[in-house]
Amino acid sequence: MEPGEIHALLGENGAGKSTLMNVLYGLYQPDEGEILVDGKPLKLKGPSDAIAAGIGMVHQHFMLVPVFTVAENVMLGAEQVRGGIAGFLDRRRARREVAEVSERYNLRVDPDAVIEDLPVGIQQRVEIVKALTRDVDLLILDEPTAVLTPQETEELLTVMRSLKAAGKSIVFITHKLGEVKAIADRITVIRRGKTVGTASPTASRDELAAKMVGRSVRLTVDKQPAAPGRPILEVAGLVVDDDRRIRAVDGVDLTVHAGEVLGVAGVQGNGQTELIEAIMGLRPLLAGTVTLDGQPVHGWPTKKVLRAGVGYVPEDRSVDGLVKEFSVAENLVLDIYDRPPFGKGLSLKPDAIAKSARERIEQFDVRTPSADAAVGTLSGGNQQKVIVARELSRPLKLFIAAQPTRGVDVGSIEFIHSRVIRERDVGTAVLVVSSELDEVIGLADRIAVMYRGRIIGIVGPDTPREEIGLLMAGVTPETATEAAAPAADAATPAPEGPGSEDEA
Amino acid sequence: MSTMAVPDVAVAQVDEGFWTRTRRIGAVLLALGVLAAVLFGALATDQQARFTLSETEGGAALEINGTIGAILFGVIAAAAGAALMAGVPKRWFTVLLGVGLVAFVLSFLCWQVSAAPEGRNFMPLVNMVRGTFVLALPLIFGALAGVLCERSGVVNVAIEGQLLMGAFSGALFGSLSGSVWVGLVAAAIGGAFISLLLAVFAIRYLVDQVVMGIVLNLLAVGITGFLYERLMQTNAEKYNSAPRFSNWEIPLLKDIPVLGPALFRSNIFLYLGLLLVLVIHIALFRTRWGLRTRAVGEHPTAADTLGVKVLGLRYRNVLLAGVVAGIGGASYTLALYSFTKNMIGGKGFIALAALIFGRWSPTGALLAALFFGFADQLGTYLGAIGSSIPSQFLAMLPYLATMLAVAGLVGRVRAPAADGKPYIKG
Repeated sequence: MEPGEIHALLGENGAGKSTLMNVLYGLYQPDEGEILVDGKPLKLKGPSDAIAAGIGMVHQHFMLVPVFTVAENVMLGAEQVRGGIAGFLDRRRARREVAEVSERYNLRVDPDAVIEDLPVGIQQRVEIVKALTRDVDLLILDEPTAVLTPQETEELLTVMRSLKAAGKSIVFITHKLGEVKAIADRITVIRRGKTVGTASPTASRDELAAKMVGRSVRLTVDKQPAAPGRPILEVAGLVVDDDRRIRAVDGVDLTVHAGEVLGVAGVQGNGQTELIEAIMGLRPLLAGTVTLDGQPVHGWPTKKVLRAGVGYVPEDRSVDGLVKEFSVAENLVLDIYDRPPFGKGLSLKPDAIAKSARERIEQFDVRTPSADAAVGTLSGGNQQKVIVARELSRPLKLFIAAQPTRGVDVGSIEFIHSRVIRERDVGTAVLVVSSELDEVIGLADRIAVMYRGRIIGIVGPDTPREEIGLLMAGVTPETATEAAAPAADAATPAPEGPGSEDEA
Repeated sequence: MSTMAVPDVAVAQVDEGFWTRTRRIGAVLLALGVLAAVLFGALATDQQARFTLSETEGGAALEINGTIGAILFGVIAAAAGAALMAGVPKRWFTVLLGVGLVAFVLSFLCWQVSAAPEGRNFMPLVNMVRGTFVLALPLIFGALAGVLCERSGVVNVAIEGQLLMGAFSGALFGSLSGSVWVGLVAAAIGGAFISLLLAVFAIRYLVDQVVMGIVLNLLAVGITGFLYERLMQTNAEKYNSAPRFSNWEIPLLKDIPVLGPALFRSNIFLYLGLLLVLVIHIALFRTRWGLRTRAVGEHPTAADTLGVKVLGLRYRNVLLAGVVAGIGGASYTLALYSFTKNMIGGKGFIALAALIFGRWSPTGALLAALFFGFADQLGTYLGAIGSSIPSQFLAMLPYLATMLAVAGLVGRVRAPAADGKPYIKG
């Protein structure tokens, strides 16, 4: 790393980017090898050594205490105290420090705001301020854009440029090619824990992508134009609360027709999760109706909804989608274990279950040592294929997939996408929810953008990314005329291919 | 324009309709008030209800006609409830709720006192206040031990065991040495011993903290019970006759009416308990230690990435909790009684209830402990005046109150986010 350089670390999920940086930040101990700072080897026993050596890190999952104020979070671990051994906190000084740093780098934050009340973009700003008050020379940003809207991302890139101008070095970890090309001075590509090469930001996207995954991949989803039929799912005036009893879905109307893919785009946490759970009968609705093929299904138990011909891929596969300790075969019949041929009365039919499992594993290309292996031992992509296989093995009217490719390798993403499109082509109504805009653009025939519990706009898949991005930030075309930033996202014009987020 | 102009749409407020929480509580209070005015008013007698400002029947007293008092205070409670229902500014909520509940209790007392047989129809306030504090004292120490542990993310169900071990080792070593101070130190070490076991198993070996706490309580009952039978019962003279702290009078403060004789002529434990509440409260919210403790209890990973030693801090706080609870146990054996088998008798669990009812804050825990102490004292008093109310009903009050608190009926109760979750690096 040079001073004043932005170095991008590019790699797929699970390639070892985050692990490498956690070692650099002293959270993990290296098994072998050494770290050199200014030519001298450095032994890091913990994060405090890293901070002392001038290394700061913004983690992918923010390291902020939700019930603390901004100032409290910033001073934690490096508190200024008065009163000797008693150690009374000098809050005024902490507040002043926050104000100073946010002034100098143009990172506006209110030192007295409580973290849990702040939007994600601002929380990230607090993380950066936190690192800067510790006088770091090297700042590591781990997947900083995963939770941001395109506009917030652009803002972050601006901040990174100004930090660079102030002589700070930045390591920028990501799997998004567009951002890398927009900002990096140097790019290192990592695959399966090894450096596979460096590249300059002028390298083409395809070149970078090929380096990253080790073979050339298609960055778009092949599909024919849709032939929409009759409306299958109709949602009207839906109102749902989240777990904290805060309104999450606030009057949503949606229609999904047979033979089309409706994509729901939006930054995470704008009510997509609650919308889907309400449709599936997993969450009580406070108002509104849900109709499946002309029949009202709201208030039905989930089992009945599933039996009515709905396939459902939940967004968190390890919690809601699979029983990790169960075998692949058992997971494949979780929904129909009590129906012939798999079960009768009180008993299961292991032979029928095993036979069907072998067929599914074959059909859906699930890479598993055997049908009896615990599903938790498979890779994320293969776990997801088990869920997709299970859900697509019944005759469906409606297929709902929430974050279908989150934390899934590129090969599996291609496969899952092709199955989704194939399902559409046999006339099933498909509802895809994803916080990856590229995935939605790639799959959907119509795109509904969700913002703060409402559908803020429904657009076609050919709509420019920037426009959808603005919708995701709550800016509709009418308000955009005065508020929008000038074509913010020039660096990422074309759909960049299905990326995915590290959640696992 | 680098800073985006995202329109800051306010998140839609949850529309609760007419029956907001305030209104629901107001309605309950109104019903209680009406019930008090009608029922207590009808049951009360025409005798004077005397609340004497001393320990006996004589001396200055507040008096009110039983029937009138019961009806009057019932009406006040009902009025407070009605005001809450009518919709008052938020800042009045606590005040009105407090007034309503106190009025309800007073209405109840007017009935009870006036209906008591001649010669016993008075309530000595000094006794009531002193009794409340004496009964609340182990709860205060216990709840503080809970605060110290749970704020740093370790669930402390072992309060009962810590109190008991403190009481036992205080009695044993106090007796052996003949010194109250040696007894006090031994009590602290005894409590810390139980804490050490909790810390090692919960933090080092990641054993479920609730299960571990229960096991430790049983262990403490077992060890102290065994040694009590083998040592103390066979030779009480030598092993179970600890010296006791005498009462210290605090100049000036002891002359305050009611409070003076009730509080400022007590033993060291009461002063220590109240002082600890203050010290821990300030330390928790105003010092570096407190900030780090709360951070570790809420989001240990965040604290770790900033160089805070999560496990070390947890060890330290759990041990400190043992010291506090141990001293709390000694408030029995080095001031009031000699040691008996299982003498804590569930107070540790009520302390846990006080901790939750007081929302994991030292001052909240103090108020909750006093409330439970008062209920306890009231039970004793009602028994003494031969009341028709079985004292068991009042003994249920702490648990009932905790159930209401946990169910969220008295405001949102939120435990530290990482409470009970072991921290594993990486």
